[in-house]
Amino acid sequence: MGNLILNPQYLAGFDIGRFFQDLYMNLGQHFYDAFIVKNRYKYIVSGLGNTLLITLFAVMIGIVLGTLVALIRVTHNNDKKKFRFLNAICSIYLTVIRGTPVVVQLLITYYVIYQSADKMVAAVIAFGINSGAYVAEVIRSGIQSVDKGQIEAGRSLGLNQKTTMIKIVFPQALKNVAPAIFNEFISLLKETSVAGYIGVQDLTKAGDVIRSITYDAYTPLLTVAAVYLLIVMILTRFLTVLERRLSASDIR
Amino acid sequence: MISVKNLEKTFHTSRGDLPVLMGINQTIEKGEKVVIVGPSGSGKSTFLRCLNLLEQPTSGEIWFEEEEITSPKCNINLLRQKMGMVFQHFNLFPHLTILENITLAPTSLKLKTQEEAERSAMQLLERVGLADKAQAYPAQLSGGQKQRIAIVRSLAMEPKVMLFDEPTSALDPEMVGEVLQVMKQLAQEGMTMIVVTHEMGFAREVATRILFMDQGQVLEEAPPQEFFASPKHARLQDFLSKVL
Repeated sequence: MGNLILNPQYLAGFDIGRFFQDLYMNLGQHFYDAFIVKNRYKYIVSGLGNTLLITLFAVMIGIVLGTLVALIRVTHNNDKKKFRFLNAICSIYLTVIRGTPVVVQLLITYYVIYQSADKMVAAVIAFGINSGAYVAEVIRSGIQSVDKGQIEAGRSLGLNQKTTMIKIVFPQALKNVAPAIFNEFISLLKETSVAGYIGVQDLTKAGDVIRSITYDAYTPLLTVAAVYLLIVMILTRFLTVLERRLSASDIR
Repeated sequence: MISVKNLEKTFHTSRGDLPVLMGINQTIEKGEKVVIVGPSGSGKSTFLRCLNLLEQPTSGEIWFEEEEITSPKCNINLLRQKMGMVFQHFNLFPHLTILENITLAPTSLKLKTQEEAERSAMQLLERVGLADKAQAYPAQLSGGQKQRIAIVRSLAMEPKVMLFDEPTSALDPEMVGEVLQVMKQLAQEGMTMIVVTHEMGFAREVATRILFMDQGQVLEEAPPQEFFASPKHARLQDFLSKVL
């Protein structure tokens, strides 16, 4: 079975030369069929809009949820008597969300929890809750990476624990983790491509819809891939600028 | 000003209990400059850190200006405002400029307005010769400059006593002098100081009293003249023969 794909018998019908020849010769026609006829490009545009919308709102939920969870976990870690119950809930949340596939979480959110909800809302909530778990761990590691001497210095000046955390620890922690959080959102953008599972017309689904109408898979799917790649490249570029600006105080 | 009664501290580690301070009794008067010396692991730093409760003593009492700071009723934050502390590794806040490092605590605690805090910060910076660094970040400074800023940052709270935890141990040898200079100046102005250090020259010159600690106890205490000229305890004689 393992050699099935290498069996010449199965490769016989596939001529790679012909494939590319056909692709280039008819590129214009393919493009026209896929995007121009009946304004099919609108699938892509509205799909991209939905993808960005889901990502944006999920990111917001993720940051709020992640920060909250991280704060509860760090506070509990410093003083085991505090937030015992909340910490237990947070740790169940982290285990479940990080231990199950996002598609399953999405399906459960839509079909089990919010049966009557808007598909977009269900997607935003599912991805937001999912991303919150990863963000929480990133922020927690960021807070814990700040040197203990910083807290001691703040406390020795007479600042209380809360002020020390807000004015000394968090700014340094956020600076340390900003690139990691930003990266998390770049991957979230790509993860939203499974939103089609509950019928959300996102970018990936849009490409797939065009494929099913035109019976041409290459053009719409490669276009979709190119759009994702372009957005990720722009965001990565933005990340580099962000990193450079954050390190302003490190310049010697 | 500060009195310590039967202070004990035990660290609970995974490998069992580690007793670090075993019954320390000390009284430190206003204006004194107490230097604590001793081999590493003798509990000098832990003793110092107990004084502003960065370490919670296991048992014993510490009194500061008629108040028992080891009692649960003591407002630790208020106490620490009156006790400046300088660390071995400076612990400047890397995300803030030098000026912000100095004004953060006085303004956050609403002891001074932003303007007042900045004005007195600039005066202090002037005094240590670093006024031109006000807008720089800690990463742009040398070790000696950082430590001088750390001292200024503590002084901005107008403390009644200053604790120094090996302030020159992390510095390049050529930068030790500039930091000791600031400390000497502070001593001349009458600040009550408790200094953990390996700088015997500084101890000899500035201290009003030197404590020798070993294995969690103060084995010997004397004014510098006597301390270096006629050490009584055999352990101190041995220690001095190695460091002098």
